Amino acid sequence: MSAAVDFKNVDIVFGAARKEALALVDRGATRQEILEKTGAVLGCAGANLTVNEGEISVLMGLSGSGKSTLLRAVNLLNVPARGNVMVKDGDRMIDVAACDAATLRHIRQTRVAMVFQQFGLLPWRTVAENVGFGLELSGVPEAERKARVERQLKLVGLDQWASKYAHELSGGMQQRVGLARAFATEAPILLMDEPFSALDPLIRTKLQDELLQLQAELKKTIIFVSHDLEEALKIGSHITIMEGGRIVQTGAPEDIVLRPANDYVRDFIANVNPLSVLTAWNVMRDRRDLDHGEDGWVWLDRRKTTRFKIDAHGLVAAAERDGKPAFWVSCADVEAQPEETTQVFWANPGTSLKTVMLAMHRSQTAPVALFDDQSRFVGAIGIRDVLSAVLRR
Amino acid sequence: MDPVSQLISSFKIPIGRWGKTFFDFLTTNFEWFFDSIADGLTVVLDGLVDLLLLVPPVLLVAAIAGLAWYLQKSWKLALAVALGLLFIVNQDLWQETVETLVLVVGAAAASMAIGVPIGIWAAHNERGYRYLQPVLDLMQTMPTFVYLIPVLILFGLGIAPGLIVTVIFAAPAPIRLTHLGITSVPKPMIEAGEAFGATKRQLLWKVELPAALPTIMAGLTQCIMLCLSMVVIAALIGANGLGKPVVRALNSVNIPLGLEAGLAIVVLAIILDRISRIGTGAAK
Repeated sequence: MSAAVDFKNVDIVFGAARKEALALVDRGATRQEILEKTGAVLGCAGANLTVNEGEISVLMGLSGSGKSTLLRAVNLLNVPARGNVMVKDGDRMIDVAACDAATLRHIRQTRVAMVFQQFGLLPWRTVAENVGFGLELSGVPEAERKARVERQLKLVGLDQWASKYAHELSGGMQQRVGLARAFATEAPILLMDEPFSALDPLIRTKLQDELLQLQAELKKTIIFVSHDLEEALKIGSHITIMEGGRIVQTGAPEDIVLRPANDYVRDFIANVNPLSVLTAWNVMRDRRDLDHGEDGWVWLDRRKTTRFKIDAHGLVAAAERDGKPAFWVSCADVEAQPEETTQVFWANPGTSLKTVMLAMHRSQTAPVALFDDQSRFVGAIGIRDVLSAVLRR
Repeated sequence: MDPVSQLISSFKIPIGRWGKTFFDFLTTNFEWFFDSIADGLTVVLDGLVDLLLLVPPVLLVAAIAGLAWYLQKSWKLALAVALGLLFIVNQDLWQETVETLVLVVGAAAASMAIGVPIGIWAAHNERGYRYLQPVLDLMQTMPTFVYLIPVLILFGLGIAPGLIVTVIFAAPAPIRLTHLGITSVPKPMIEAGEAFGATKRQLLWKVELPAALPTIMAGLTQCIMLCLSMVVIAALIGANGLGKPVVRALNSVNIPLGLEAGLAIVVLAIILDRISRIGTGAAK
């Protein structure tokens, strides 16, 4: 996997006294101190972040945390005071902070497209003309432009609306136009600056789903700014949390939820439903940590109600529950199974915690086993593991 | 007079004399330049007036009403325009009206041609606009009679100096409104243009000007009205038109003539105002 966008020690400062402000940044001053001493506003400081091709990287934080500021450095809507913003162009990496105007235009026209919170559509243009805006700027001939616009409008389901004006559409539709405009340039990198924040919750969820569907097909590199953690957890393959212009933590969604770096992140995730991010893998106890009995028997839970006999290949040879033989079934179709005490469910590492809990419920709180793709036993989840993950203790 | 005031006024700064010296310098050294401008303008404007007067009034009235319909798509407006102009024909003021129309449209066109580019420049150059603003204030508040004198000296009598004083008075409106229109283009629109790689020129033509168009058009309407308000003053320095009968009526205390010419100006003002409200939807 190679980097599509690479931020290297990016500092962004707004205001006149940049030199003084940067000197304070080097001494680790907070945004408030810098504002009081120099009058300059710190946009972001010392930002290091690599966004790999094909991933959705979400920048998160409260308003004023510098997330949009950092995003807008990728196409130089905000100019970094120091540092490099490397953007992939074919097989080169170009530092947009240092390149000339023509190169920057090339990057903006063909490499990086953007979707705005307030849509940024041009009200005197029709939907089709708005979608073709980027192509028009880069001088794509009209016939080709029309074909590409039509394709994009179909993609976002607006082909019936091509000749309407942007303001005649609902907010959700307008943002679809914004998406189509960004897709139309076929730029591999997509910047999305709180694209769904101005929409009502139902439409927002719908557009998130649509974006994920489109992404599965188009495989863009997306940098997505959001202040909504649920949204970030839903769409992000990586999440970066920012506070006061600095990056606090970067990681996969479940890393953020399970191992918050500090109190700020902890506050952030306090209201997140862990069931929406956690998987069986995140909560299980590894087989090496389980209680091993004689003859290859392994206790799945601390209360010692259930045990598996594991053979030399790591496969399960026999199961016992409450001293009686039991059989093991996949929890993939847990709903279809009758409630019985003689069955023990197993899950894969990727199975959601919610399904694991359902399986426990169905089997009168029996532990759930974890098998890898070759059906080898890798670990188990007891009821205490689930409770501590959900309660984050 | 108290001694302090006496002291202050004893060394009067000779602004008036400096001004006169300056204009004397211009007339002695650049007379050929100003004369050729005046001659050129006179030929074009008088030629246009003569040409329009060749057309039978009723035909021209129909043409203007047609233009009103074309621009505003309103039968009611076209009808009102036709009735208003026929009233003027009825009052036997047609020739004066055509002369005024040429002067007003010509001055408005010149004001827009000068004002819109300056307004665009000022919108991208806030520092420049800070210096420009007092000049615009001066152009609009300096009593017209004051600059009538030098204009008269430089350009002589007739329609050309009339056009020039009118432009001096009216051009600040399109400058200010173009500046306003372009500086108030919503930021997300500008950023959308930049984010998709627009050049400065593309940004101007594809984002800023279309977004500012309603405000610029309001500037056009205002500019035309300002030009019309100068008709009587232009008449004082010899420009033909509806101002002439007004001045004559004033000098001879002729109430009927004054009323007729005054009403004709009002009718013309309303017609020009309604026709020129392009794209603002106000005429619907």
